[in-house]
Amino acid sequence: MTNKKINWAATILLAIGALAVLIPLYLTITIAFKTPEELSSNLFNLPKHWMVSNFTNAIKTTNFFVALKNSIFVSFFSVILTVLTNSMVAYAIARNMDKKFYKLLYYFFVSAMFIPFPIIMLPLVRQTSTWHLDNLFGLILLYVVFNLALNTFIYVGYIRTIPVELEEAAIVDGASTWRVFWKIIFPLLGPMNATVAILSCLYAWNDFLLPLVLLSNPDMATLPLAQYIFQSQFSTNYTLAFASYLMALAPMLIVYMFSQKWIISGVMRGSIK
Amino acid sequence: MSRKNVFLVMTIPALLIFLVFHTFPAIQGIFYSFTNWHGYGDWQFVGFKNFINVFKDQQVLDSYLFTFKFAIVATILTNVLSLLIALGLNAKVKFQKTLRALYFIPYILGMLIISFIFSFIFSKVLPDIGQTLHIQWLSSNILGKTSTAWLGIVIVSVWQSTAFNTILYLSGLVTIPGELYEAAGLDGANSWTKFWRITFPMIMPFFTINMVLAMRTFLMAFDQIVALTGGGPGRATESISYVIYKGGFEGGQFAYQSANAVIYFIVIAAISIFQIKVLQKRGEQY
Repeated sequence: MTNKKINWAATILLAIGALAVLIPLYLTITIAFKTPEELSSNLFNLPKHWMVSNFTNAIKTTNFFVALKNSIFVSFFSVILTVLTNSMVAYAIARNMDKKFYKLLYYFFVSAMFIPFPIIMLPLVRQTSTWHLDNLFGLILLYVVFNLALNTFIYVGYIRTIPVELEEAAIVDGASTWRVFWKIIFPLLGPMNATVAILSCLYAWNDFLLPLVLLSNPDMATLPLAQYIFQSQFSTNYTLAFASYLMALAPMLIVYMFSQKWIISGVMRGSIK
Repeated sequence: MSRKNVFLVMTIPALLIFLVFHTFPAIQGIFYSFTNWHGYGDWQFVGFKNFINVFKDQQVLDSYLFTFKFAIVATILTNVLSLLIALGLNAKVKFQKTLRALYFIPYILGMLIISFIFSFIFSKVLPDIGQTLHIQWLSSNILGKTSTAWLGIVIVSVWQSTAFNTILYLSGLVTIPGELYEAAGLDGANSWTKFWRITFPMIMPFFTINMVLAMRTFLMAFDQIVALTGGGPGRATESISYVIYKGGFEGGQFAYQSANAVIYFIVIAAISIFQIKVLQKRGEQY
């Protein structure tokens, strides 16, 4: 295997194909730094003068830092709560699959994957607004609940591969079931926790529909929702709009640059389960 | 606390919250679909009237037609492209890690903002290229024409979704043992035969799951519709979710769109089950 020759045809084709990914990104970055005049005269050039003022304007217009703070808040807490609660639920289910109740619970949660969000959307929005959950806390709560379907599936599959003997030894030594879970099982779930964290972070960070229908106050807007709200103010001021888009995409792009290997392997691990 | 009770404490609160925020709204949705509720005020039971009207509603029928046309084309394109990219990335190529990292970028970017960016590309960049090169069909915004707007939505959706499906295919491809290819090579099999006799049967489970997931995602398309066309021109690109959203929240059609959502759910579930059945059977033939 190791002495196989490099496949240059595939390399060249892949490189050409990669342009389809790169060109839109290149345009986004360059347009964000151009003046409107420069943009109308030439679309593809690099900016002559890198306009930082587009960004300061966009920060003011879209209240960028508020939206950034909201997005970080929602993503952070929905990831933490999702990992902690979903793994625990899955552990209880995985260790009791021989019992009717837990087996039913497993299929009940997992089958929720097949329920499209629009079917619960209308009643859910009424319910959350009546209960004053039309805010960031409601958003976090709902992400944790919605994540349960897929994560029960991912976690249970993984926990069942962990030998029960590991726990039995600890139980003989007098450890409680709580202790067994937090001290033995949860650390062993490390790779799956990472996968679940990546998937739920991307979901909360990029989701648009739930913030759109749930949040009643524009001050609570997450980054994608903020782009939508200010779309009318951007109007034909494309350089301002692109500065705003770039800032909204940048945090995730930066995280990806430093941890892409880890993210990709995390997603791959989730898909093999 | 006994072990049995600890397990109950671990699951019961989650079950209750799930019931309240997922199951209960779903049941409410089904319940209201048999009423004439607008989302406010009084209501009465109307039996299957909403369902019958949904089937007669040209706007709803058009949205199903559009959504299916879009979802089928996008599913096929996404799977062909992502399988090709995964095969390429799995081959011995130069700069493999960089290329892999590049191809996965769209996966981490949100559909809404990508769609805003592509909206500009369709309205300014492509017409600019079209005019310079004197290509007639490229010279105007494809999102502006009823006949081509759906293609713009296909392009953006495929651009974003190919990354994830590539990851899935790639994780299937790396599980195929190299010895299989070496043995086939000794038997004189060419690349084409190797692909259809070894690679494809081996990744058939991944093909199934990719087709099901992609189709399901595209049938639920919403963000790209909002950002690219707003359902237009006219109503040419209204997806089913978009119709439910519009009618349910802005049109006072709470009960009516609930009925639409119930049908939508049945359609999605039926298609997923059908796909799994058919593709699994095909898989067993190999």
